[in-house]
Amino acid sequence: MGCNCSENKKWECSDSSIDIALLEPELAKHAGSPINLIKVLQKAQELYGYLPLDLIVYISSALGVKPAKALGVVTFYTQFKTKPVGKHLILLCRGTACHVNGASGIEEAVSEYLGVSEGDITPNGLFSYNNVACLGCCSLSPVMMIDNKAYGNLTKDSAVKILKEIEMREASLCG
Amino acid sequence: MRITVGEGSCGVAAGATEIYSLLEQGIKAFGIDCMLTVTGCIGMCYLEPIVNVTLSDGQLATYVRVSAEAVGEILKLLCNEENNAEQYLIAQQDQENLDAQQRIALQNCGIIDPENIDEYLDAQGYQAIKKCITELTPEQVIDEMQASGLGGRGGAGFPTWFKWQSARGSEGDKKYMICNADEGDPGAFMDRAVIEGDPHQLIEGIMIGAYAIGSDEGIVYVRAEYPLAIVRLELAIIQARERGILGENIFGTDFCFDLAIKAGAGAFVCGEETALIASLEGERGMPRLKPPYPAQKGFLKLPSNINNVETFANVPWIIRNGGSAFAAIGTEDSKGTKVFALTGKIAKGGLAEVPMGTTIREIVYGVGGGIRGGKAFKAVQMGGPSGGCIPAKLIDTMIDYRSLAATGAIMGSGGMVIMDESTCMVDMARFFIEFTCNESCGKCTHCRIGNRRMLEILERICNGEGQDGDIELLSALAEQVKDGSLCGLGQTSPNPVLTTLRYFRNEYEDHIYNKKCTARQCKPLLTYTVIDDLCIGCNLCAKRCPSGAITGELKKPYIIDNEKCIQCGKCAEVCKFAAVAVD
Ligand SMILES: Cc1cc2nc3c(=O)[nH]c(=O)nc-3n(C[C@H](O)[C@H](O)[C@H](O)COP(=O)(O)O)c2cc1C
Ligand code: FES
Repeated sequence: MGCNCSENKKWECSDSSIDIALLEPELAKHAGSPINLIKVLQKAQELYGYLPLDLIVYISSALGVKPAKALGVVTFYTQFKTKPVGKHLILLCRGTACHVNGASGIEEAVSEYLGVSEGDITPNGLFSYNNVACLGCCSLSPVMMIDNKAYGNLTKDSAVKILKEIEMREASLCG
Repeated sequence: MRITVGEGSCGVAAGATEIYSLLEQGIKAFGIDCMLTVTGCIGMCYLEPIVNVTLSDGQLATYVRVSAEAVGEILKLLCNEENNAEQYLIAQQDQENLDAQQRIALQNCGIIDPENIDEYLDAQGYQAIKKCITELTPEQVIDEMQASGLGGRGGAGFPTWFKWQSARGSEGDKKYMICNADEGDPGAFMDRAVIEGDPHQLIEGIMIGAYAIGSDEGIVYVRAEYPLAIVRLELAIIQARERGILGENIFGTDFCFDLAIKAGAGAFVCGEETALIASLEGERGMPRLKPPYPAQKGFLKLPSNINNVETFANVPWIIRNGGSAFAAIGTEDSKGTKVFALTGKIAKGGLAEVPMGTTIREIVYGVGGGIRGGKAFKAVQMGGPSGGCIPAKLIDTMIDYRSLAATGAIMGSGGMVIMDESTCMVDMARFFIEFTCNESCGKCTHCRIGNRRMLEILERICNGEGQDGDIELLSALAEQVKDGSLCGLGQTSPNPVLTTLRYFRNEYEDHIYNKKCTARQCKPLLTYTVIDDLCIGCNLCAKRCPSGAITGELKKPYIIDNEKCIQCGKCAEVCKFAAVAVD
C-alpha cells in the first residue's frame, strides 16, 4: 500500500526479464475489453513464456476484469503456465493412441533424462515438459512436440536422442 | 510437371520438410522445369513422407516413405537419367485402399496446395457459395441440407438443417456462425487434416451456413495444439479476402461475411458448445444448461450456430451435387460418408473416408491392413472419452449411429483406437476416467467427485488392491454420474467403464481376484523371473535394477528377489537375451 505517485512510473514486473513495453500495443488494442482476455494472455505467454502473478493482475486491470477472474481463467486452461518454462517446451502426448502405444514409457525416459518432473525447468533452463491430451498426429504415436514441431513413432531411445540433438545445437550456438 | 510433398503435421513429423528442401535444392541445381508445392495429409500417415510426381503426360506417380536417397532417385528420374525410383513407388494394395475410399470431406486433402487459393478455385472451389447466394434463397439451401440428411460430425449426429433452420428463425439482426475446431477427442485428427489440407473448403462450408442462417460474421475456434492448422487457415482467410470472397458484397450480391480465428487454450470441455461460447467470451470454459440453445442465445447472447469442421467440409459438395446425391450414400439413419482416424495397434494408421454403414471389419482389415505385427484384434475404442470399447466379437457391426449406440459406444468424432491382446481393458478404463477427471470443469458434483471416486477404484484394481464388490460399486457410480451430470462430458464419461465392464468383465475379475493382468500392462500385478536357460549372466539387469532385487554371479543365471522387486520392468527392457520372463 503506498501513495499514488507510482501512477506516473512505468509498471515493473517482479520478473525483471519481462519487458512490458512489448505487450503494451496488445493491451492498448484490447483495453477495457474483457472478451479478449484469453487472447491477451496468450499473447503475453507467447512473449514471455509464462504468466507471473503480477503480470496477470496488470493485464486484468488493463482489460477491466477482476484479478481473481483473470487468475481463474489462467488456472482453467492447461495452456497457461504460471511458472517459467524451458527455452524449449516439450509437449508429451498422453492421448489415447499414444497411451496404447506406450506414451508412459516415453515420459519416463524424458523425465529421467532431463532429471525433472512435469512442469519443472531443467537447471540449464533449456527444457521443461508438459503432458498434453493429443497433438493430432495419432497415427505416428507415440508423439511429442517441441517448439511446434511434432516428432512421431518415438521410442525411449529416439526421444532422448532428439533432446540430445537440441542440446548439441544449443551448445554450438553458444560457441 | 508438378511435384507435391505431403506436409500435414503428420508428414512434417515424419520429416517432410527436410524432403521438401532437398527436392527444392535438387530442382534448382539441375535446372529441372517443374512446380514444387506442399499439400495436406492424404490420410496414409503410415507411408509418410509422401511425394507425388505428375509427369508432363499427366501420369501420376506416388512415392512413399521418401528418404534422402529416394529424393536422389526421384531427381534422376526427373532428369531422365537411369534411376531406382521405382522401389519407392506406393504398393498396389495401398493404392487400392486409397482408391476404394469415397472422399467428400477429404476430397482435396493431399491433392491441392492448401496455401494457394487458385488450386481450390480450380477444383470447383467457391462455386457452391456462389450458387447459393446468386441462385438459391436461404430456405432453399436449408431444404437441400434437409434432403442430404447430413448429421453433425462433432459427435451427436444432430441434423444440420434443423440447427440452421432454428438459428435462421431466431429473432435478431446479428447472428454468429461458429466452427468448432476444438477436436478434443484424443485419437481423432480428421478436423486437423481438413484445416491443414483444404482450409478453403471449410471456409466455403461456413459461408454457406452463414448465408442460410443470415449471419455476417463467423468464428473458428481452433485448439491451441494445432499450430500448423492455425497458420494455414489464417493464410486462407487472407487470400479469400484479397479475392473478395470474404468481405462485403460477395460475388456482387448483398451477402457480406467475414471470418476470424480464435485459438483455444487447452481444455477438452471447450469442445462442448456452451463451454466453447464461454471460452470465446474470455471466460472459463464452463458449460451451462440448455435451453436456451445457442440458436437462441449464443455468443454474446446473440443467436449463434455451431457446427463441427467435418460437418462444414461436406456442405459445398452437397450444394454442388445435390442433397439427394449425398443421401444416396450410407444407411437409412446415417447418410453420407464419414472420416475415421485409425490409430493404436493398427498396421496402416491414418485417415479413411468411407460410406456410413461400412463395418468395423472392413475398415480394420481393409484400409487399416489389420493389426500391427500380425497380433489378434481385441477391441476398438470409438468415440473417445465419451465412447466405448467394442470387442472383437462385434467386429461385423456396421458403423452408423444406431448400430454403434447399441454396442454402448458412440460414433463420436470418428476416432478409432485399435487394441490388440497387449492392451489391458481395465487400464484403458482407468486411462479415460483419469482423462475426464483432469478435464472436468468442476461445475457439477457428480462429474467432479463421482469420476474421482471411480478413478480411485480403477487405480486400486490396476495396482493389485482391488476388492470384492469393486465391480458393483463401479457400475453403480457409473450410472449415477451418467444421470447426475449437467453436460455431455459427465453424462458420457462412464461409457468407457460401462462398456469394458460389459465386454471384458473377466479382465476386471482377473485383476481383482487372481491379481493378474493378462495383457501384462499393470506393472504391480506382474512378476519377473529370470529364465535360467537364456540368461548368460551378463550382469546388466542387476546393474540397472533400482531396488537391488537382482543378484548373482557373472556368467551364471541371475535371480530376482520378488520381495524386493518394485516391478519397474527395467530388467526385461535392458536384457538383450530376452531372459527375463514377465507374467
Ligand atoms: C465434452 C464434449 C466435448 C466435445 N468436443 C467436441 C469437439 O472437440 N469438436 C466438436 O466438433 N464437437 C464437440 N462436441 C460436440 C459439440 O458440443 C457440438 O455438439 C458440435 O460441435 C456441434 O456440431 P455438429 O452438429 O456439426 O456436430 C463436444 C461435446 C461434449 C459434450
Ligand atoms: S493421441 Fe497422441 S497425438 Fe493423438
